[in-house]
Amino acid sequence: MEYFVQQVINGLQIGFVYALVALGYTLVYGIVRLINFAHGDVFMVGAFIGLYAIERHHLPISAVFLAAVGGCALLAMAMERVAYRPLREAPRIASLITAIGMSLFLEYFTALHQVFGPDYYSFPRPFAVTTWEVRGITLTNIQAIIFVVTLLCLGLLQFVVYRTRTGRAMRAVSYDYVTAGLMGVNVNLVISLTFALGGALAGVGGVLYGIAYPQVNTFMGVMPGLKAFTAAVLGGIGSIPGAVLGALIMGQSETLTAAYLSSTYRDGIAFLILIAVLVWKPTGILGTARTEKV
Amino acid sequence: MRTAINLFKAFGPLCLAAGLGYLAESGEMINPYWIQIFQLACIIAISSLGLNLIYGFTGLFSLGHAAFYGVGAYTAALVMKSYGGESQYVFLAALLAGCAGAAIVAYLIGVPTLRLTSDYLGIATLGFGIIMKVLFDNIDSFIPQLGGARGMTGIAKMTTVPWAVVFLGISLILVRNLIHSSYGRALVSIREDEIAAGTMGIDIFRCKMAGFVAGCALAGLSGGLYAHLYAFLHPSNFDFFKSVDVLMIVVLGGIGNMSGTLVASFGWIFLLEGLRVVLPPEYIEFRWVLIPVLLIVTMLVRPEGLFGFREFPFLSGRDDE
Repeated sequence: MEYFVQQVINGLQIGFVYALVALGYTLVYGIVRLINFAHGDVFMVGAFIGLYAIERHHLPISAVFLAAVGGCALLAMAMERVAYRPLREAPRIASLITAIGMSLFLEYFTALHQVFGPDYYSFPRPFAVTTWEVRGITLTNIQAIIFVVTLLCLGLLQFVVYRTRTGRAMRAVSYDYVTAGLMGVNVNLVISLTFALGGALAGVGGVLYGIAYPQVNTFMGVMPGLKAFTAAVLGGIGSIPGAVLGALIMGQSETLTAAYLSSTYRDGIAFLILIAVLVWKPTGILGTARTEKV
Repeated sequence: MRTAINLFKAFGPLCLAAGLGYLAESGEMINPYWIQIFQLACIIAISSLGLNLIYGFTGLFSLGHAAFYGVGAYTAALVMKSYGGESQYVFLAALLAGCAGAAIVAYLIGVPTLRLTSDYLGIATLGFGIIMKVLFDNIDSFIPQLGGARGMTGIAKMTTVPWAVVFLGISLILVRNLIHSSYGRALVSIREDEIAAGTMGIDIFRCKMAGFVAGCALAGLSGGLYAHLYAFLHPSNFDFFKSVDVLMIVVLGGIGNMSGTLVASFGWIFLLEGLRVVLPPEYIEFRWVLIPVLLIVTMLVRPEGLFGFREFPFLSGRDDE
């Protein structure tokens, strides 16, 4: 029993990190219907910014997060401006391909020796690790920080999207961007801001991931990216609670498979759940079906 | 008589190309390395044609094409390794087995997933691709000969230029004839507007399934050829990135455009290898920096693909002339 609870807590740890990345996918997909394949690499850049901020500049932990948030938000906005905005009126597949191009570019460009470098780098712990033990279940302060930071980000996001004018503009653009534009919403700005918001969350996720699994590499974003995206779809893409729910399911399935079955089947089971859910409910667990007009 | 002329028109150039390829290969006029690259390009072109049939013509977004390619490769390699030795006939049978294996798997995965629409189908096939990769990684615990994560060795090197060219030609002819038949028109109509197609009495699910299975069968065929070209299989040859490669080729060439797929496959493979030769060794890692840049720029300049809607004359239908 203790073992099980321990694994569930470990699953929550990775699940919350996936949630931060999944939110970026869900926001961007919700607003421009684009699977932003490069989002996992924004997450990777966030981790590297964290690495440099801690190792070279010895910034305090809050400044580390701010640096990653700022850097990733700028990167996401730049990506949207260069690779996606010119193709907004083109067939959707075109921007999907540029997203793949962007992803490859970020991975290989940052792997150059002149940039981050091609090796695995160890991520320095910015604080000492403390563990608490309650009835045989251990909890680390890393896990506590991940839970607190993610919940804070979630609350903030929920506030921005549902309680501010910008959030209302985002929802309007997501519903129908042409009409939103006619109503005086600055569509380009809103889409830019959405990318920035997604990038910022990925930046936080990158730093948290680096702290929890202290090894970074320029290809580290690929698998978490795919899983976070899957999580977003599993929960119902475009839905903020859905993304979190999906990410928690992904985290649990992954840890529990590794704990009880075999870690080599870890990725397989997660995607098997995805296919099963899609077959049962094609728009995801919390997604709403939009009926097609004839 | 007409049939004979048509047959000659279709297979004449094919035989000629295969003959030339045979001469080039046996006469050692060209560096064997480049001959191998040429074969790889033919193989990738077959697989891309399959995806073009699925995505380009039928409009089914598939992100797991490499899984079917892998099923074909492993099936063919297993058949050849168990029964073949060096026999050309068994090789042909092994390729067809690979083709059939991929088609059966495609049917099984199609039954639940083909009811999904657009992006959701893409994600389901992506998930399937990753599941298959995990399966290939662990397959040695079920079938030890397939090697699992250590890779499969001991496959006979059977793929030659004539084999590759002939199968590419046959695939081209098959896809062309399918697209210009009434079944093909049904597939295209589903891509254009599923509801309208259904209203016209087209059995949408069956047609989608037919297109999907046929496209995956081509992937299986090319997988079999691939297995016997390099004589080594590893699960990483069939991961998500390989699915993406094929998708990029199809979109770069132009969706629903066979000429574009053909040119883009050859262009892509030769570009990858060409950059290896052109770039000085100390800059070799810039290869994968240049390629995405090229990809993004191409998409920005020509979002409809390099070829758009134009086809080579031998690939366009009679009524399009």
